[in-house]
Amino acid sequence: MECARPTERELDAESADWLRRLSAGGRLHRHEAEGELHARLVRIALAEVRRRSAGTPVGGPELDDLAHQAAADAMLAILAKLAGFRGESRFMTWAYRFVMLEVSSKLGRHYWRDPPVALDAGQWERLPDRLGIDPQQHAESAAILAEVRRVVDDELTAHQRRVFTAIVVDQIPLDALAARLGLQRNAIYKVVFDARRKIRRALAANGYLDEPGLERR
Amino acid sequence: MSDQDRLNRFLSTDPRDVGCDEAMAVLHIYVDLTVDGVDASERYPGVAAHLLACGPCADDFAGLLAAVAGD
Repeated sequence: MECARPTERELDAESADWLRRLSAGGRLHRHEAEGELHARLVRIALAEVRRRSAGTPVGGPELDDLAHQAAADAMLAILAKLAGFRGESRFMTWAYRFVMLEVSSKLGRHYWRDPPVALDAGQWERLPDRLGIDPQQHAESAAILAEVRRVVDDELTAHQRRVFTAIVVDQIPLDALAARLGLQRNAIYKVVFDARRKIRRALAANGYLDEPGLERR
Repeated sequence: MSDQDRLNRFLSTDPRDVGCDEAMAVLHIYVDLTVDGVDASERYPGVAAHLLACGPCADDFAGLLAAVAGD
């Protein structure tokens, strides 16, 4: 995997003003700025949970509570990391990013209050539908799916197998699985990324996939 | 699209993909470039590759873009 490097950017007037007010020595002025910022974070968090409401079992007042918690935690993170803001983006874009991260994380945790599928359910019979494949009509497709299952069972590590099955087969949201296993989103993503590569290599080596390349660019 | 094509797509991984941590670290910059009409994918091809492959990060990107655009 490659690395993304940020670029420098001149600080705009509005961003400079937010920084100045939030870092002000006078407690009253700083408190006022924090109040304004918090109100904006709440508004953004409420809009965001509503935008995502169709994809989560959380709803109603619980979703609004989640938004308020996300805004409050984003506020804490922003104030704690204020000195680390380097002006690579507008201040408010940087600040709203914390709201997105908090909303994602909290929705992931709330998923387990009433999960539509249990962890380790292993609903392999649903995989063809998920991939848009009909093994009833094509014997070759059935053979490829059987080989995918064999590779998952025989060649993935126990951790890879568990994560791959949860994410791909059972379609548990990635942030929900991360919360349940006490891992970061990136750790789960990397496991699935590596599992996909491993399965593809095995399928290619055994003649189930034509393309010799292991990865696309 | 044949079943084999579907499987190929499902199992594809892009070596430029920077992963969630790297993508989230510059998401605010990526969004501002997008809002400013700059081709962010050209400056950050690894982030663009990641956002195409990772649903949760793509959702964060869409949410942040909507938040900034509606501000």
